[in-house]
Order: sequence, then C-alpha cells, then structure tokens
Amino acid sequence: MTFKVQQEVFEGPLDLLLHLIKKNEVAITEISLAAITEQYLATLELMQTLNLNVAGEFLVMAATLIHIKSRTLLPPGDDGDDDAEEDSAGDLVQQLLEYQRFKEAARALESRELLRRDVFTREAAAEDREETVEFAAVSLFDLLSALRDVLARWPADTVHEVVLEKASVRDKMAFILDYLRRCGRAVFQSLFDEATSRLEVVVLFLAVLELVRIRALRVWQEVPTGPIELELAAAPFIPPEAPEETGMDRDGT
Amino acid sequence: MERERVKSILESLLFVAVEPISARRIEEVLDGVERKEIASILDELRNEYESGGRGIRLAEVAGGYQLRTASENADWVKKLHQLKPQRLSRATLETLAIVAYRQPITRAEIEKIRGVDVGAVLATLVERRLVRVVARKDVPGKPFLYGTTPEFLETFSLKDLSQLPTLKEAEQFAQSPPPEATPPSSEEKAEG
Repeated sequence: MTFKVQQEVFEGPLDLLLHLIKKNEVAITEISLAAITEQYLATLELMQTLNLNVAGEFLVMAATLIHIKSRTLLPPGDDGDDDAEEDSAGDLVQQLLEYQRFKEAARALESRELLRRDVFTREAAAEDREETVEFAAVSLFDLLSALRDVLARWPADTVHEVVLEKASVRDKMAFILDYLRRCGRAVFQSLFDEATSRLEVVVLFLAVLELVRIRALRVWQEVPTGPIELELAAAPFIPPEAPEETGMDRDGT
Repeated sequence: MERERVKSILESLLFVAVEPISARRIEEVLDGVERKEIASILDELRNEYESGGRGIRLAEVAGGYQLRTASENADWVKKLHQLKPQRLSRATLETLAIVAYRQPITRAEIEKIRGVDVGAVLATLVERRLVRVVARKDVPGKPFLYGTTPEFLETFSLKDLSQLPTLKEAEQFAQSPPPEATPPSSEEKAEG
C-alpha cells in the first residue's frame, strides 16, 4: 500500500488500555491487563497497517503488557519474582486509575454549560463568529474497534492476488461524501457493505479518517458502545424543531 | 437612591459590559450603594431572569457577573450567527482537565499522567487561551509551568477554580468498570 495518510494520534497507550478495559467491562486490575494484552497488540498492529503515526510509547507499553501477562502465566509462589517486577504492574494500574480520574473530570467539564456552545454573550456574537466549542464524541480507538469488527468479516488475505485495486483514498472520500449527501447520515459499518476486499475496507477507513481530519465529517455515537454514526459536517446547521416556517433566509454559506 | 432605580442601573451595566464585571467594579460605579444591597439586587435580577421564562440569564463566572443567553436557546443563537462547530478533541479536553486540577504543572508532568506527548495539544490550548504559561519551575532546565486562564473559567461557566467539581478518588474506580462516556448532549447539564 503506497498511500500515506499521516493521521496525528494525540491519544496514547493509556487511552487505548482504558478503551479496551471499558469495552471488555472489566475493572482496572493487573489480571484484566493481562487479559486484554492480545487486543492491545491487535489494535497496535492495525494502527501500523494503517500507517497511523504510532508513538514509541505504544511499543513500550506493549512490552510492559507482555511482561505482565507472562508473569500471570507462571506458577505463583516462585521466589524468582523480584520486587521491581511486582511494581511495574502495580504502577501501571495506579497510573490508569489516576488517568481515569482525569478522563472523568474532563467529562464533567464537558457537561457544564459551555460558552459559545450552550450559552452566549453579546461579545461572542460580535467577535468570535464561526467559533462554537464542540467536542468530538468518538475517539480514534472507538473507530479502530469498529474497523476491527468490519475486518473480522473477511478472512485474512493469505493469497496475494495481483489485481489492480481501483480504490484510492481520494476516490473513497468522494464516495463517502456522495453517499452521505444522499442518505444524510450513515452508520459507520454500513459504509463497508459493498466493499469487496480487506484492502478496500482499509482504504475506506483511511478516507473516513481523512474526512474527519479536514472536518468534512462528523462522527457520533449516541451511547458508548452503540453504533458509530457519520454525517456531513459541511451541511447547513438546522437545529432540531427549528422554526423553519419563519421564512428567514440563511444563505451565504 | 431608590432600590428600583439601582436595579435598573445595574441591569444597564450588565447589558453593556463585555467581560464579566466584578462586584468591586460595580461598587465603584454605584458609589454609595451598600455592597449588601447590590448583592441582594443581583440575586433578585437573577431570579427574575430564571423564573420569568426569559431568554437571558445572569451568570456568575470568572469572578464577576455576566448576562448570557439561556442554554435552551443555543440552537437558535447558533443559527442566527451561523456558528460553525470548532472542536476540542477528547485528548485536548483531558489535557485541559489535568492542567485545571494540577496547576501549576509542567509539560513533562502532564505527559506522565497521559502517557503520551502533549506538545501539540498544549499548543492548541494555549492558542485557544484556555491555558497559559504562569511561571517557570525551579528545577534544572526551568521548564514552563502551565495554568488555566480567566477565559477557561468563562468558557466552562465557573465562578472560580474552587468551583471545579472534586476529583473522584482513584479507589472508586478500582472496584468497578470505568463509568461510561456520555456523549455531549444538551439535556444533561451541570447546574452551570
């Protein structure tokens, strides 16, 4: 694959771990860390396949997890374990718990009445046009999890066919925009209904990421584990139950 | 001065003020009116806006008083001004939360909590004027210490930093799966 979409990843290995912990509905403990190691590694591999800018921290964490997991597989009670090893797992659990607190705090902040999202002042109207604060509801890891589900439908490409794939990221971006213009809104998974190969799925996914990056696309999730929905961001803003009958014209966009 | 008259003047002051006006500034302007009376009139105004089904609210933010639109009218206000959403990513928001609760804090200290480079995210927060450099830490290298700005308080409808909800104890998360994320929704609001 020669395409390069350099997607900046601002989320780190701790975010991925907490995402997996939440997805698996387990508590933050050493044992659950060992249990989700494989999922962590699978996601990491997927990120590398997608040419995402995987930070070195992800690899360091992978090593830590493998180490933790290997310890849980060994018979207990052996004196070989030294205290330093004991600590690496305990430290990670503590770090995750601490980070979890801030994630919670971030959610609390987000649910407050936000200036220029929920409430406005006169000054905001005059000076800061085009600025309303909003938070992306879906994290990269939600998308990656959804992609893994989609990819699971296809067997691994064991045979290398030499077929010229017609799908470029650019084509797929156009396809998605066109699809959304027709449907308005789409469930993430439904984008892949007509894909014929893993490569096409991957290209489609990269197109989604790129559209999100250039802010042509909004990605939403009504409930944390629910379906991920896509819609055009460029669509004119129509508030729910807006008084359209006033006949006020809002052109000029 | 008669109470009704003071109330009328106060409302005019709040209407023209661009930034939140502090109680002290109001006292200066309304020279001779007792602080206690001003506070009680502000309360009265706030109640009138809230209970009268009006489109304006009197908020206490960033150490002052400010008139704001009622949150239930947000969609219409955005429509009038054709505001486009400008997003703060989850990573940005979490970094902001860390700065808010742990300020003053260095970049390295934030990265220790988040486990990933926060340079770009921090730059975004500084650019949005939600975070600023407040000092340099007295350790080798003299790294910048970051803290939140008055704009942060205004943006998140906080009177001051003490109004930040208390951080939950880590132990609360240890026993159960992490709470589920709530997508932004206009129904669920803190008291603001």
